[in-house]
Amino acid sequence: MPFIELEALCYQREDWQLKAAFSLERGECLAVIGPSGAGKSTLLSLIAGFERLISGSIRINGRDYTTAEPADRPVTSLFQEHNLFAHLSVKKNVGLGRHPGLRLNQKDHLAIDQALEAVGLSGYHHRLPESLSGGERQRVALARCLCREHPLMLLDEPFAALDPALRSEMRGLIHQLIKSHDLTVIMVSHHPDEAAEIASSGIFLHQGELKAKGVMSDLLNNPQLPLLRAYLGVS
Amino acid sequence: MDQRVASLHESLTGRSQLRVPGWLPGGLSLLVISLILFASLSALFFNAQLASLTTTLFDPYLLRVLRFTLWQASLSTLLSVLLAIPVARALARRTTFRGRSVLLLLLGLPVATPVIVVIFGIVEIYGNNGTLNHLIRLFGFSFQVNLYGLTGILIAHLFFNMPLAVRMLLPAWNQIPDESWRLASQLGMKSGSLFKLIEWPVLRRVLPGSAGIIFLLCFASFAIVLVLGGGPRATTIEVAIYQALRFDFEPSKAALLALIQLVICTLTVALLHHWLRALPLSSGLATTSQNRPDLNQPGSRLIDFGIILVATTFVALPLLALLRAGLTGPVLSVISDQSLWSAALNSLMIAIAAAGIAFSLGMALLTTSRYLRFHRKQPNRSELLELSGSLTLVVPPMVIATGLFSLLLPFGFVFDWGLVLVAMINGLMVLPYVIRLVGPALLANGEHYHHLCSELGIRGWHQFKLIDWPIIRHPAAFSMGLCATLSFGDLGVVALFGTHDAMTLPLLLYHRIGAYQFEAASVTALILALLCLVVFRVIDLLIGGRRALH
Repeated sequence: MPFIELEALCYQREDWQLKAAFSLERGECLAVIGPSGAGKSTLLSLIAGFERLISGSIRINGRDYTTAEPADRPVTSLFQEHNLFAHLSVKKNVGLGRHPGLRLNQKDHLAIDQALEAVGLSGYHHRLPESLSGGERQRVALARCLCREHPLMLLDEPFAALDPALRSEMRGLIHQLIKSHDLTVIMVSHHPDEAAEIASSGIFLHQGELKAKGVMSDLLNNPQLPLLRAYLGVS
Repeated sequence: MDQRVASLHESLTGRSQLRVPGWLPGGLSLLVISLILFASLSALFFNAQLASLTTTLFDPYLLRVLRFTLWQASLSTLLSVLLAIPVARALARRTTFRGRSVLLLLLGLPVATPVIVVIFGIVEIYGNNGTLNHLIRLFGFSFQVNLYGLTGILIAHLFFNMPLAVRMLLPAWNQIPDESWRLASQLGMKSGSLFKLIEWPVLRRVLPGSAGIIFLLCFASFAIVLVLGGGPRATTIEVAIYQALRFDFEPSKAALLALIQLVICTLTVALLHHWLRALPLSSGLATTSQNRPDLNQPGSRLIDFGIILVATTFVALPLLALLRAGLTGPVLSVISDQSLWSAALNSLMIAIAAAGIAFSLGMALLTTSRYLRFHRKQPNRSELLELSGSLTLVVPPMVIATGLFSLLLPFGFVFDWGLVLVAMINGLMVLPYVIRLVGPALLANGEHYHHLCSELGIRGWHQFKLIDWPIIRHPAAFSMGLCATLSFGDLGVVALFGTHDAMTLPLLLYHRIGAYQFEAASVTALILALLCLVVFRVIDLLIGGRRALH
């Protein structure tokens, strides 16, 4: 049984529609590519539960989450921005992944320390987000994702605002965390080549429809679909 | 099975929380507001004897009152806005002179100064024995300025609303892009064409809304007309309501007047709805420095500072006069008077209760409004709910009070519960300030964090304590301080419900002015003004913390 099963998802906003269906194995890393307005972020919002489906179902690890509240889903997200509460310290920001009211026990404190260590930010506990660089902020958010111990991580272009070198460093970190924490990842990317470094498979969205799904290297190096060829700029 | 074990585990470890539906707080708040309005308005309709409406409507007294109310409100609005334009323009042109921030603070002072106190200061300057007439006599002229009547009403309305108009117009200059100024300097535009081609178009967008708000304020002005109107010649609807209830004992006449008041206010808001919504929310008065080409035009500096000086003097004079009169008055005998302090205590309780009511209702409305906007994706309903907090702009406090007064009169305990009613109605009156001051911060928080909060399950009390309160603390403290100050100094509905046993400080001051005890009144006025400042500072400090001292 696949780890994630999205069956006949259908979402509508005014006259725009999103339709998709696919499944994913545990430990897989899937890249979502496509032009802007294709519905990449909406797809993640649906899985996270920020938006409601018209029809279709979402099953994760054999359980149905179609109508579950975002907080009740075994999902953790990393957004492009506003991942941290600007007025709370690094430790509190990470701690909110353990308890929404920051009632933390010994185990939680340990988990926070380990997560911060995993993203290379030990000793940053009492810093405020404003004193961190863009890359460090996203690492703190990543630490909170780890703390939540949810198996499915959704990345909505969290590194888009970073410099190329930093982006590559963060990809390396994600790649390593996927292995060490047994994560399943769905990531939206505007840079298919970069996504291919960590994603084994990919899907291509166009105007709200899933047009292609396959192994990432096949999609990029040998695109059959004219729409995908046009998107990638392959003649 | 898995799920049940998990939820059992959650409840045992205290990780689950009672889930309050997002619509509930705002829904309850709306219910309370609607109930009060409904009770009050239905009492008005019931009492107004609409059958005799046509005959009463053409009653010459009523027509005269109505005509004067509209006339003084229109004139006050026109003057306030027309005079505010050059003042705002001078302040927009001179962005960096020394003392500008102090001056802007002074322009903000009238909003929080009790009306009755200002009236006292105005009488000191422009009254029959005031400084102005004294000077006129000194120079040997034989005429004298007669304050009471339209003149006094206009001066007082100008004192409050000209600075308000400046504050509402000034942000418009920030909307002018720098490119416009650069282009204008290349084209060699002079001051006149700058105003016509660059400044007027942005001003035109905020003028109707600003004028509308000032019209509503002047239309429903009570204390100013009561004291400075000087008799039946210059009576407005609000004062006529008060007289009908407290002197003529004619609840049906009062109810009819209140309904007329309601209809005109509603019409004004409906007419200006579009512009009122577009009014900028910014409470800041900092104008970005502008590279306008007419800054060094000959004489422009002189004109600007001349205008600023005149405006400043106009606002500062009554306040200074009040200070002088208060300090030279019989300070000791006034402050050793027990009745002053018991009135002050009543005022304080009303102020705290009103601020508490306004903040609770406002927060509930805003929380649900945010929920509707971000979780339910219903921006229209969200906006509508927020607007319901500003209903008191449409339904003036005096109208609500008249309704409740005539509703409770038959039961005979109107005056026992007077102060409670005053606190409640004052709470509704200051509610728009909470909405406007706290709303933007809370909405911005929602915009940034609503996905994060819903994914992490941060809601209810946790969300308030950890996420919202740290952000809204300062605007919340400021708005509660303002609400308390406004209620503390308000002489409006309390005139209807107040008695000798249930006296507030503004009412006491009004009685002293009415009894021509001007010396005692001057000290009382100064104490009232100072206590207002203290109430504001203490609340701002207690709630906002030390950093609130700006």
